[in-house]
Amino acid sequence: MAKMTLDQLRKLREEKKGDMARRETEGKTIQIIVGMGTCGIAAGAKAAFDAIVKTVDESGLTSQVVIRQTGCMGLCHVEPTVEVVMPGMPATIYGRVDADVAAEIVKKHIVGKTLVDKHIYDRPAVDIVKK
Amino acid sequence: MHYALTDYLLDLVQNSLEAGASVVRVSVSEADGRLEAAVLDNGSGMDGAEVARATDPFHTDGNKHPGRKVGLGLPFLIQALEQAGGRWDISSARGRGTDVRFWFPLDGVDTPPVGDLPGCFLSCMCFDGDYELVAARHSPDRGSSYEVRRSDILDAVGPLSDAASIALADAFLRSQEEVE
Repeated sequence: MAKMTLDQLRKLREEKKGDMARRETEGKTIQIIVGMGTCGIAAGAKAAFDAIVKTVDESGLTSQVVIRQTGCMGLCHVEPTVEVVMPGMPATIYGRVDADVAAEIVKKHIVGKTLVDKHIYDRPAVDIVKK
Repeated sequence: MHYALTDYLLDLVQNSLEAGASVVRVSVSEADGRLEAAVLDNGSGMDGAEVARATDPFHTDGNKHPGRKVGLGLPFLIQALEQAGGRWDISSARGRGTDVRFWFPLDGVDTPPVGDLPGCFLSCMCFDGDYELVAARHSPDRGSSYEVRRSDILDAVGPLSDAASIALADAFLRSQEEVE
């Protein structure tokens, strides 16, 4: 593969336009936020981020999902952390998210609307989380 | 503790953005026996005493965790540099921004691996907000040299909060590593 030029990148994007029609943040109802502070980076948040991008793309969810990076969410002891906010599900912060768990979050939480139990660290309350 | 050079760089860039920078330049060069890197920003900057505190692991100015007293970004980097026999320079002024420059000996046994540089540059571009990020690599020995701007990528693929856009930007950045 040779170096891609910006024009080639633009062309690739045009080709993908069909499935990227609704690309703007408006109209997207699902947010996935990955903590990229010192703690997240040290714990491997980049691998979680990459797995989320890949799984969202492969699952055809691109038009519905906004993927964001933020700093530390305050849960440094269970990094990497990933917050998911979407209609019909409680806003949830997942911890100890490696690449596999990240893919599981997309498939279970977003597609299946089921919580990924063993990785919930905030919201909803601990008493409703299954052991 | 961070593993690769790219971890330190992403950490520094995140600091820059948290300090309100609108332009950040991140560069890596491998030449003359040195693995050199720099993160230069026009964020809020620090005075001398604040720079001293920023290198203290038991201090943070971040507003992310009020009540906590740790900030490990710069201390991690300094620890790694001290261990590997590298050097660093932090130049900062209130209202001007902060420049962090450092180098590791390329052949040092304690020098961290470079890591996934295109992936790191992409992450540096994926934070929220309207800012310019210039990512540059200069590795003459590898025959690899390039400079990429966040504004150009956004112009070509749209916002980097979209999985398909991120995947395209990723492919673009990876291709820049190709030797001419």
